[in-house]
Amino acid sequence: MRTLIPAIALALVSAAPSLAQSYAVTNGRVVTNTEQGIIADGTVLVRDGSIVAVGTEVSIPAGTEVIDAGGGWITPGLFAPYTQIGLIEVALEGSTTDAGAGDSPYSVALDVSDGFNPAGTHIGSTRVRGVTRAAIFPSTGHNIFAGQGALVNTSGEADSVFETGSLVFADLSQSGASTAGGSRPAAWAYLDAAFGDARGYPGRFSADHEGDALNRFDAQALLPVVRGRVPLVLNIDRAADLRRAIRFQTDNAPVQLIVEGGAEAWLVADELAAAGIPVLLDPMRNLPASFDEIAATLEGAERLHEAGVTVAYTTVTSDGYYNARLITQHAGNAVANGVAWDEAFRSITLTPAEIYGVGDRFGAIATGYVGDVVVWDGDPLEAMSSPTAVMIDGEPTSMDSRQTRLRDRYINITDETPYAYRR
Amino acid sequence: MILKAWMPVLAATAALGLAACSAGTESNGPGTSTADTDIVRHDLNPYPSTYEPRTSGVTLIRGATVFDGLGGEIENGDVLIENGQIAAVGSGLEVPEGATVVDAIGRYVTPGVVDIHSHLGVYPSPGVNAHSDGNEATQPVTAEVWVEHSVWPQDPGFEAALAGGVTTLHILPGSANLFGGRGVTLRNVSGRTVQDMKFPDAPYTLKMACGENPARVYGNRGQSPATDMGNMAGYRAAWIRATEYRDSWHEYWEGAENGEDASAPTRDLELETLMGVLDGEILIQMHCYRADQMAQVMDMSEEFGYQVTTFHHAVEAYKIPDLLSENGACAAVWADWGGFKMEAYDAIRENLAMTHANGACAMIHSDSDMGIQRLNQEVAKALGDGRRAGLEISDGEAWQWVSSNPAEALGISDQTGSLQPGLRADVVLWSGNPYSTYTQADQVWIDGALSFDRRDEEQQPVRDFMLGQPGEGDD
Repeated sequence: MRTLIPAIALALVSAAPSLAQSYAVTNGRVVTNTEQGIIADGTVLVRDGSIVAVGTEVSIPAGTEVIDAGGGWITPGLFAPYTQIGLIEVALEGSTTDAGAGDSPYSVALDVSDGFNPAGTHIGSTRVRGVTRAAIFPSTGHNIFAGQGALVNTSGEADSVFETGSLVFADLSQSGASTAGGSRPAAWAYLDAAFGDARGYPGRFSADHEGDALNRFDAQALLPVVRGRVPLVLNIDRAADLRRAIRFQTDNAPVQLIVEGGAEAWLVADELAAAGIPVLLDPMRNLPASFDEIAATLEGAERLHEAGVTVAYTTVTSDGYYNARLITQHAGNAVANGVAWDEAFRSITLTPAEIYGVGDRFGAIATGYVGDVVVWDGDPLEAMSSPTAVMIDGEPTSMDSRQTRLRDRYINITDETPYAYRR
Repeated sequence: MILKAWMPVLAATAALGLAACSAGTESNGPGTSTADTDIVRHDLNPYPSTYEPRTSGVTLIRGATVFDGLGGEIENGDVLIENGQIAAVGSGLEVPEGATVVDAIGRYVTPGVVDIHSHLGVYPSPGVNAHSDGNEATQPVTAEVWVEHSVWPQDPGFEAALAGGVTTLHILPGSANLFGGRGVTLRNVSGRTVQDMKFPDAPYTLKMACGENPARVYGNRGQSPATDMGNMAGYRAAWIRATEYRDSWHEYWEGAENGEDASAPTRDLELETLMGVLDGEILIQMHCYRADQMAQVMDMSEEFGYQVTTFHHAVEAYKIPDLLSENGACAAVWADWGGFKMEAYDAIRENLAMTHANGACAMIHSDSDMGIQRLNQEVAKALGDGRRAGLEISDGEAWQWVSSNPAEALGISDQTGSLQPGLRADVVLWSGNPYSTYTQADQVWIDGALSFDRRDEEQQPVRDFMLGQPGEGDD
């Protein structure tokens, strides 16, 4: 994995906030996601971009800017594990989307971070709802391989992408079967062939040889997956397909799979837990929307947690580019259907960070963690709650978005100023 | 496409491959009489409701916080159900003999949820090709189709909606067409036929659609409408034909009633529906996003002398609350969907609260087999955002958005949508405040009959499709 070093990237940003600021977030119920648990009335001290102290007895140095939570909640920033924020501005306008590339000759090599636009208007409306980090995914379509995903923050700044090559995404569901030629056997055969091509890289591609499935460029991009250094995320819902995936992981050690979808994963929960395969699950999916999802249920999340499967929550049934911000509502509904609150909250913060290998920096309120801190006016999983402040990399961010600007323009209909002059 | 579902189902029309020749709309219907002495009047209700409420007893729900659906709230309130109707609402009601008493202390009671925009049954689960029955996207004006003829009563989505407190729902055709066809209002009950679900005597509705969808569907085929102006021309041409048709029938009836030797006009199913709108019998439910387009449609309704009952989606209703209220048109909206196309680009989360607070009739709608399961949470989000914007709206007031306002817009507010004595006893007992994410519907009564009980599997319907499948009976 290639990692951009934030300090270098920051130097390129003229509009970046001043560095070396200290903030104390006080007077709130702190959800730490650590052994400290929930601190009833705590303070979080942030300095130079990182959390430096957490607790009830934190001394606040002179010159520290105080952010009073007013008795609300203080949490780590939310981490949305499966999104397309910054890739889609208007879904039906192809000119504004960079998630899929149906006519490209490449597949695995497509790096979604090349299309990420930190100025997209949905970034701000996602951030003001407490989402500070997200994994962004390419769309599949012309090939079972969609390409490579990346990790971003929602600051809207030029350095938003903080890791690239974080995952490779492929479709092994009924739609993947269709893409691969018309059946699931065709999709698995293609995947096997592609792994063979990557293992044979570069030797196989010398002289006049072609890969069985992949071209040279795509085979090269798949190599870190074959070697187990980058996870392969598979879109799968049906229980039978999940069992096939578990066998694939066993047969292709040291490859690391992650399941996205997992509507029927609860039927295979013990096997997934034993195989160490995490599931990116929308806990609100409960309809037999296709024949891959017949057993989908609101109790699925709880059954997976109970079996010891690592679960992070997605917003698939809402969407992933405009309403990834609804991740708190999705998690709240997991709680309504049996998941413990702490577990559900970790599934949208620390757990996704851990799944992507950055759980030592993101997803917790703990000394040494990056200063992504959100202040809420109530329980963050409640539909009526909302953040009052959002810090990313230790700096407060704007609580405005294009949507709040429209709201402010039209809320007073008796204003005599013509609409277009209200700013 | 993996991430395919991230736009409303209405776009699904593009997948329709069967461009069959257009349905013949002109025929001499079976109701046409040839006897000179009889005045021809077609049966306007040839597929009548066969809904029979389940047997219900006397039920007293006691000690709840009650939202009455009309804006009121009662602490420590009681609701008495008798003969399938709301018998009384108040505090300290006496227990009638033989009544089932439900202890609701700490819980909430509301009128059943009314969803004015659903495609359950016509875009059902599973969403296979054979079930894509919501858009007759073969020509832009299909006022002759009736969505009830597409509803699959075995859609498991109905019972999922019931678990979310939905007791009444309005099924609409999709928005591919300028005139998509008639909608149908259903009780959320199980039945072997759609007639078993039909809301008795609910007025018929007609779906119309503005904007991008019709222009895209037909423009991509190189036919009209391909533009917004093509949309308007298409509606107006249809209203002109409908006006002539209506006039010909009214002229015929007048003459025949005066004993003249008049012959009845040829029956036309498409124009018969449009005539029903002009005569005020069929309610217009119109898909429209943008403020400027809604304004033009309201001008058009004045041009031809009809009323737009509700604009659906109406993501820019917040820009024109004054125009909506002047024209008596309601807005049925999402809490927070947007972004999927240009006409949804200006969606804001305060739309519902701002439209309501600025004087227009507003309500929530789902347009989704997922959203319909949690319309209480959709209201909660809209209410929370409205309050943060400084709008003072009480909990009880906001419940109108999911009960009496949609009932009014469907012409059934004298039947359901509030807890007034004499109305159908469509009642939900919630585990807590329905605006909490953690709250669920514990029990749901339809016409006074307990129809869903979260703690009693015997009172949890399972549609045919789920029998014998993995996950049968899971919610």
